[in-house]
Amino acid sequence: MSALLEVHGLEAFYGRTKALHGVSFSMAAGGITTILGANGAGKTTTLRAISRMVRTAGTIRFEGQPLEARVTEDIVQFGIAHAPEGRGTFVHLTVEENLKVGAWGRRERGGLEADFERVFGYFPVLRERRRQMAGTLSGGEQQMLCVARALMLRPRLLLLDEPSLGLAPLVVREIFRILRTVNQAGVTILLVEQNAALALDLADHVFLLETGRVVLEGPSDVLRRDDAIRRAYLGY
Amino acid sequence: MEIFTQQVVSGLATGGIYASVALALVMIYQATDVVNFAQGEMAMFATYICWSMLNAGLPYWGAFLATLGFAFIGGVVIERVVIRPVENAPILSIVIVTLGLLVICNSVAGWIWTYVQKPFPSPFPSKPFKVSLGAGETIIGAHDIGQIGITLFVLLCIYLFFRFTPLGLAMRAAAQNPVSSRLCGIRVGWMLALGWGLAAVFGAVAGMMVAPSLTLEPNLMGGVQIYAFAAATLGGFTSPGGAVLGGFIVGVVENLVGTYVSFIGTELKFTVALAMIIVVLLVKPSGLFGSTVVKRV
Repeated sequence: MSALLEVHGLEAFYGRTKALHGVSFSMAAGGITTILGANGAGKTTTLRAISRMVRTAGTIRFEGQPLEARVTEDIVQFGIAHAPEGRGTFVHLTVEENLKVGAWGRRERGGLEADFERVFGYFPVLRERRRQMAGTLSGGEQQMLCVARALMLRPRLLLLDEPSLGLAPLVVREIFRILRTVNQAGVTILLVEQNAALALDLADHVFLLETGRVVLEGPSDVLRRDDAIRRAYLGY
Repeated sequence: MEIFTQQVVSGLATGGIYASVALALVMIYQATDVVNFAQGEMAMFATYICWSMLNAGLPYWGAFLATLGFAFIGGVVIERVVIRPVENAPILSIVIVTLGLLVICNSVAGWIWTYVQKPFPSPFPSKPFKVSLGAGETIIGAHDIGQIGITLFVLLCIYLFFRFTPLGLAMRAAAQNPVSSRLCGIRVGWMLALGWGLAAVFGAVAGMMVAPSLTLEPNLMGGVQIYAFAAATLGGFTSPGGAVLGGFIVGVVENLVGTYVSFIGTELKFTVALAMIIVVLLVKPSGLFGSTVVKRV
């Protein structure tokens, strides 16, 4: 079986600063892969490279199709949804309008109501807030909205950038529980996290980044059981 | 009492003009953080195009609609060709580009159509309405009423467009959060260009409505633009609804002050707008309905 996403020799640049130094990895369809690493290791940059938000060298293939020549606006056409760092909430739009914006890039226009029902099924609190301005939502609710907005695309691949950031542990656990359900419904997930323990519980495959390079990879239960790796890289 | 009513109605009529141009300014400001100093001149140019078509024998409403089409395309092209290349330049550079655009529109119009004032027709009957209000009869110009009607109609259309259509939603999203919009597949660049096109359309409506009373000349919109600035400042540059309301308030206040404050009269009416800008900026810089924007630096 060929990989869903294949990244080879990926370099990324902010101005003259090189943030990724030849990252290579591939992920199969259906699973949850997580990229772990310290601050500044290049986790967010890797997602931004896939979404063409940063200048890169190297190859990125999605189902065999090259993404390097594409612009950010095109990425949704491949069925890749990116729930960005900082949640990207449209604060002056209602919750429902935020979700509609999430559906903008998909081919089939119909079935909006069914998709609302589906994401409200995952996040019932959003149904209550449906007509409310998104800016009035709590941090946890905005993170839920961020995931829900991405799901409105009916994505094949969901790129998730630190969904746990700044949230209470209870809320985080809830969101991660939903992510597992989302994955079981057929959405492949690439998750970037600082909270290694949490991410290892959810993911089935792990890449560890250090200063823009992949230094370690493997199935998450193997890494989780290896005390030396845990202490050296994951810090818990 | 009759004079008062008359002045209020004609204030609302000119206020609608200010409201349209103010809305155009606010739309562009919200999407791109740029104040388009050429908004009024673009409107004047569109009005001249309408005049040329009328001169060539087109019926009024045909020429009116065609002008809106020209204005829309013109706005889009200006954004793509003139504004896009300086998109990431400092705000001051973009402001200077729009000032340059102002001068260019003005002198090109003067070059093509000369600076001689031209009469511009009104689509509304010249016979004024007589309205009985309590004690006496008030005479209200049909053009004033028509002008208010057209303005309100345009404002309603634009409200419905932004509120209820997918494209309107995408444009609002692009103005609010361009990065997030791109990730959702919205072509932000085109949304900004569409915004310029729509703004040019409001301006064109304002130009064609104000030209019958001011007569057409290249400096047609100079004053209107200042009043529109006052309106947008009063209502708040971050609030489209506020800018519209600000337009009507400025129009009415300008008229009443000109009528009832004897030393101001028609000569000093203009100063009222400038005084309003200064007072608003001193007392409530975000305007009546605007929100204070905090920028991280």
